[in-house]
Amino acid sequence: MPPEMIFLAALDGIAYGSLIFLVAVGLSLIFGVLGVLNVAHGSFYAIGAYVAASAVLAAGGMGLPTWLAFPLFLAAAILVGVVIGGLVEALLLRRIYGKEEVLQLLVTFAVFMILEDAQKVVFGVRPLFANAPMNWLGTVEVFGIFYTRYQLILIPLVALAVLVGLRLFLRRTSFGRAIVAVTQDREAAMAMGIDATRIYLFTFMIGASLAALGGALSSATTSLTPGIGSGMIVLSFAVAATAGLGRIEGAAVAALMIGLGRSIAVYFAPEFDVLIPYLIMVAVLLIKPEGLFTTVQTRKV
Amino acid sequence: MSEVILEARDLQLRFGGVQAAAGASLTVRADERIAIIGPNGAGKTTFINLCTGYIKPESGSVVFAGRDITALSPRAITRLGIGRSFQIPQLFIENTVMENLLLALSAREGSWSPFLRLDRHPKIDEMWALLDIVGLKQTGHRIVRELPEGMRKLIDIAVALALEPKLIFMDEPTSGVSSHEKFQVMDTLTRALDARATTAIFVEHDMDVVARYASRVAVWSGGRIALEGTPDEILNHPEVLETVIGVGV
Amino acid sequence: MTRQIIVGALLLIALIVFPLLSPWSTVILTVALCEGLAALGILILLRAGQVSFGHGLFFAFSAYVVAFMAAAKFGREVLLLVPIATAASGLVAALVGLFIVRYRAIFFGMLNLAISMVFFSLLEKLFSITGGADGKRVPRPTLAGMTLERESFEFWMFYITLALAVIAALAVARYLVSPGGKALEAIKSNETRLEYLGVSSRKVLYGAYLTSGLLAGLGGAIIALVSGHVTPELAYWVRSGEFVFIAILGGAGGVAGPFLGALMFQIIRGYAAVYAPETWHAVLGVMLLVIIFFAPAGLYGLILGRKRAGDAT
Repeated sequence: MPPEMIFLAALDGIAYGSLIFLVAVGLSLIFGVLGVLNVAHGSFYAIGAYVAASAVLAAGGMGLPTWLAFPLFLAAAILVGVVIGGLVEALLLRRIYGKEEVLQLLVTFAVFMILEDAQKVVFGVRPLFANAPMNWLGTVEVFGIFYTRYQLILIPLVALAVLVGLRLFLRRTSFGRAIVAVTQDREAAMAMGIDATRIYLFTFMIGASLAALGGALSSATTSLTPGIGSGMIVLSFAVAATAGLGRIEGAAVAALMIGLGRSIAVYFAPEFDVLIPYLIMVAVLLIKPEGLFTTVQTRKV
Repeated sequence: MSEVILEARDLQLRFGGVQAAAGASLTVRADERIAIIGPNGAGKTTFINLCTGYIKPESGSVVFAGRDITALSPRAITRLGIGRSFQIPQLFIENTVMENLLLALSAREGSWSPFLRLDRHPKIDEMWALLDIVGLKQTGHRIVRELPEGMRKLIDIAVALALEPKLIFMDEPTSGVSSHEKFQVMDTLTRALDARATTAIFVEHDMDVVARYASRVAVWSGGRIALEGTPDEILNHPEVLETVIGVGV
Repeated sequence: MTRQIIVGALLLIALIVFPLLSPWSTVILTVALCEGLAALGILILLRAGQVSFGHGLFFAFSAYVVAFMAAAKFGREVLLLVPIATAASGLVAALVGLFIVRYRAIFFGMLNLAISMVFFSLLEKLFSITGGADGKRVPRPTLAGMTLERESFEFWMFYITLALAVIAALAVARYLVSPGGKALEAIKSNETRLEYLGVSSRKVLYGAYLTSGLLAGLGGAIIALVSGHVTPELAYWVRSGEFVFIAILGGAGGVAGPFLGALMFQIIRGYAAVYAPETWHAVLGVMLLVIIFFAPAGLYGLILGRKRAGDAT
């Protein structure tokens, strides 16, 4: 493989890794704070994508300028995260905190089944394609290959902004610090007067919005078909598990690893590109069962 | 003097900036009953955890019956003949008392045949005898979840005894037993240990129990065994009186 | 105990008689039994407090083994295909199990999901070998050397499946009350104590995982034979989710539960095909939530009037 090919594969990998980072970091954040692995997370990704694509197509139909798509993406992500995410947390998850993990998995799995069908009913099963925003940004040429600016620049920039933004939010704002406090020691945080109910709700909304944002951004790059959510939940779980559940910066590293690994595989054995993220995850978990960035905690007898 | 059965040498461990073990050493002979005493929250359980493989020391070693067990898992250590009961009883709380003990007996006998019903286990008489040792025969058919903590602690000991260990660690064996039943439980327990020639190391807060049942006392303080001696020597030691028993001299 | 035997016996008698009265039902009932077998495997794992969202893997693997063998005209005989394909799934479970029994709860559930989704993707992508999304046709094999017409093939396949299901259920019931089965419950309630009994919880779970893989494999092999067609959908997460749904619907309590659940599932599917063809998985999701929140012992528990799952055996 010549060096410029590696470079090109790396560019692909960064774009892809950035997108799955957005989804995985939401999954990881929710797990870190609520202690629940949200199987329905992929549905937020899918619904975010459908809402964004529908909005972009509708705006285009009304003759509105294409740049409007970008604020629409953000609006769609927040709308999905706050409304659907908020409902799921307030109506269901709230009843199962502190229960067996298996029960929590089953509940979010049931939500997953419901949301997967709901999106088919609302958005139909025909492929939806809204690539105007991607075309509008144009392309750039690297080593004689044309890349869309959208994938090469915009998506990684958004991912970077989310990473930095989340970091600042969690470290610098009082609400963010309260979230961190709950992650580290729930009981102590509540004893300090932190309202865990509100923290859980907002964290879930943020996490769901991030998944929806990933979906919204992806909507311009591929055609949307039913089932994209289920692919994404396992992929984002692979990223989050590789990093260690609850690790935010770790998720960025793992997403890049998996993104790069996959795009290199695309050049060599395209049939097996789906395998790469899981092979990386399995390899990491065999060596470090808690993930790359988790410090092992001692259990108590 | 009988042979040395367990030797902990210079165990060191820190977690979270705390020196949990700082050169802990203890030599135990096969015919001994050692009581470990010490101030509350000093980490006496940590010592048991280190000796039974639950946590690994950063340095130092644990030798059991001539074999280095420092790096072994709790499972392997149990199989070599060290039993353990816990400060917070570790039982299968959704199962009956009988099932808890029979499972321990199955583990000891290696009887895992899928055609054997656990409740028709050939060792069922031994199961009742074990329950009798802790005076809880009447609880056999009860679900563990429904029993009070004190009873669970005794069942936890019976489960450890079922494995017929050469050495048993007991973490505050009588802490849930009312004061007038304490001696009765300890009497039958001691008789059972004698009959099986089982070495015992137990963490204890009740100095009456220590005085009556320990052959030797070790004081855990500052992450190590700070003092050792006969119950007489230790329980009358001025420093011990102050730090452990809480009596100013 | 006696009431459970009565419920099981009534279910069995109904299953024996029903196809004689209404021959149209044999295929649906066979499919229900196959899904019941897979759900029985899920039930074993639930005993250990674990749930797999990926048992479609074992279901699909044996189904494809049947399809390949039957198409290759190698061993076109039911009595050969079913055991070989089941064993093949068992082999996959033995391999996957080596890795998966290191994990519990979230990781256990999600890693199973991930592995099955990889298999699903491969079935779809490797078009030249697997026929892609269209799947493969399974030519009807001989049964004990006899070449049968469709109706009589389906008829006999039902009774063979029923016999296998009864044997499997009884064997699993035996296993669950044996020391090994109780050790499985111990994984759910206190792994620390299990290790301090000198018992390897991984080994205990490995045995259970292998058994559950074999059961799902058996179901998959038979479903390939009676439906005459295999598709990647057999490995899809929706399918795995259905097994979990059936196991929960039937109640985690007894071995007749998964089969009761599978029959109910077919009835729900029948109604849903008429009234909610687009949203029928959402219906399942809602029912799952209702069971979890209001009837945690499942249908079987409701019939036996038990409040708590795990009481019945």
